[in-house]
Amino acid sequence: MQLFDIVFYVFAFITVVSAFIVVFSRNIIYSAFSLLFTFFGVAGLYVLLSADFLAVTQILIYVGGILVLLLFGVMLTNNVINVDLKTGTIQTVPALLLVALVAGSLSGLFYSTWKDAGIPASSIQTTTHTLGELLMTSYLLPFEIASVVLLVALIGAALISRRERKS
Amino acid sequence: MEAFFNEFLQWLPNVQLAHFLIVSALLFSLGIYGIVTRRNAVLVLMGVELVLNAANINLIAFSRYSAANFDGQVAAVFVIILAAAEAAIALAIVLNIYHRFQTINIDEVSNLKE
Repeated sequence: MQLFDIVFYVFAFITVVSAFIVVFSRNIIYSAFSLLFTFFGVAGLYVLLSADFLAVTQILIYVGGILVLLLFGVMLTNNVINVDLKTGTIQTVPALLLVALVAGSLSGLFYSTWKDAGIPASSIQTTTHTLGELLMTSYLLPFEIASVVLLVALIGAALISRRERKS
Repeated sequence: MEAFFNEFLQWLPNVQLAHFLIVSALLFSLGIYGIVTRRNAVLVLMGVELVLNAANINLIAFSRYSAANFDGQVAAVFVIILAAAEAAIALAIVLNIYHRFQTINIDEVSNLKE
């Protein structure tokens, strides 16, 4: 067992356990905060996969943006003063069976198909330069469309979350 | 069965592509469980984020372990962009639902028009 493997297992453990807490915790604040650890664990896995730019992007956007948005959602839609942060679940038993089936079959499929996938083809290198070049050449059209989508989402979110119109 | 188990235990310590894929499978299943069982809309959104992260791990793992190409990482960039847009829109909708119905339990919000 090398250092790489140990670090992988540490990050995989953090990711999966905190995802468990996100899904099974009765308290919505605990869910939101353990989602933070899931995102950090996933960023660690990205580093192990030599995707340095994406790891930093993951932390900046997920932790700095999406998680803060979700926390705002929690704070604005619950009666924090009345401490009603417990949240209900529905149909846990059939969902648990179904999800266990999905997880088992997916894992078995991945194991049986890719267990001899071997070592990475290339050595570790920085990815930012290559990614930037790809975004400006082969992926220029999706990149522009993504920027328009972000603009539309921004305007749409501002428009939707505005209070009642005066008309 | 015994032979399979021994092989699996030998395979487990040296990390390869399939290890990352199995972590992402677990993350995906947990996200699906959250989406299906939670009543609170914000927690459903958290489940969606878990699923998107699982997909991203898959994309980057395949991009790393296949013949040196970065297409998977570019796809992951777009997934992150769309996840940010989706979170902003979805939370705006959730806030609107809360103002109208005073609840965000999605099984109680079932009428489209009063």
